Amino acid sequence: MADDEVGRARKVLATHQEQLLPVWIDMAASRLRGRMTRQELEAELRTLYTALASDATGPDANTLDEVRSIVGELSRSRARQGFSPRETAAAITSLRDSAVPLVRQGTVSVDDLMCVSKFVDDLALLTFETYVTARERVIADQSEQLLELSTPVVKLWEGVVAVPLVGTLDSARTQVVMENLLQTLVDTGSEHAIIDITGVAAVDTQVAQHLLKTVVAARLMGAQCIVSGIRPQIAQTIVALGIEFGDIITKATLADALILCLRNSGFEVTRRLPRAN
Amino acid sequence: MVDRVPILRIGDALLVSIQLDLQDQIAVQLQEDLAQKIVDTGARGVVIDISALEIVDSFIGRMLSSIAGIAKILDAETVVVGMRPAVAITLVELGLYLNDVRTVLTVERAFAVIAERSEGAALLSKLDDQGHDEVGPDDVST
Repeated sequence: MADDEVGRARKVLATHQEQLLPVWIDMAASRLRGRMTRQELEAELRTLYTALASDATGPDANTLDEVRSIVGELSRSRARQGFSPRETAAAITSLRDSAVPLVRQGTVSVDDLMCVSKFVDDLALLTFETYVTARERVIADQSEQLLELSTPVVKLWEGVVAVPLVGTLDSARTQVVMENLLQTLVDTGSEHAIIDITGVAAVDTQVAQHLLKTVVAARLMGAQCIVSGIRPQIAQTIVALGIEFGDIITKATLADALILCLRNSGFEVTRRLPRAN
Repeated sequence: MVDRVPILRIGDALLVSIQLDLQDQIAVQLQEDLAQKIVDTGARGVVIDISALEIVDSFIGRMLSSIAGIAKILDAETVVVGMRPAVAITLVELGLYLNDVRTVLTVERAFAVIAERSEGAALLSKLDDQGHDEVGPDDVST
């Protein structure tokens, strides 16, 4: 977009601020649907409008850096508040629509409107771009948090720790699970570890490979590692795929695994008979 | 002159605590020294503490295996102590599962393992002295 067109557009905006800004705010406010207050929106758009109109007469009339940063910030905050990209861009493009009545009245020439229109479109594209980037960052943050959340190591007994796995196992998650588990083994000095896969949807050769690696790594550090929570369907899949679990101890339920760990550490679980009276 | 890893004798066992970066040459030297020392002292167990080692490559991994093999032939059990999580992960990725090496978390536990084994051996030799037929299962458990 040519520099003189930008200059012309900003000049128009500066001249007609009195008429344009209220109409713009009204138009943008009609799309809020309660996610922001009108006051917030008004303050936001007023700042943006001032930035748009302010430099129009100065010597460096065409530096748009400030405008860009304000638009970027607006777009990012919209992305976090759950606005759709269409709504975010529409908030900007309604500035052009607010100028249309002025053209009808003859206060603004059609050429001027074209310049404003181009300028606004440019800004709208910018909001879109920033919106997408902001959203991607939100997604990346969330998946990272999910990774942290989904791999807790719990202590079941003195010297017995367990990792309940939920969801799907991929290399990235296995890595996190493995590191967490091994670190806990060192920190707590536990000699028994249980990996419970009740919540794992499916076990294929790759998942089995990952499990195997974790178990062997735990063994290398000097802990006994048991895989528990193998559902009947999964047992069938494992055999059908011909996966060899070798000498890894597997148990159907976490309870079975815990009992085994307790026995191996010399505990005995007995039920106290109810008193006969 | 090549640095050597000191080998300490504690009761029935030999304790090797690897504190320095393990160069291949030092590792080979350690293997030789250890074999000699087992024979000289008649040790029943070898405890190798690798908690200070941050890097264990395939060579060191194989060396641990071969030390375990040598010790076994000389009737001593090898226990590797204090492997770091990162090291364990690396060895697994390298495909070195060290199946023939006993690993434990702490030195204390390692000595317990060796003590159990010595007790077992003592019991067996006692049985040999007395003759198997005369000893009932109840005596074995005491």
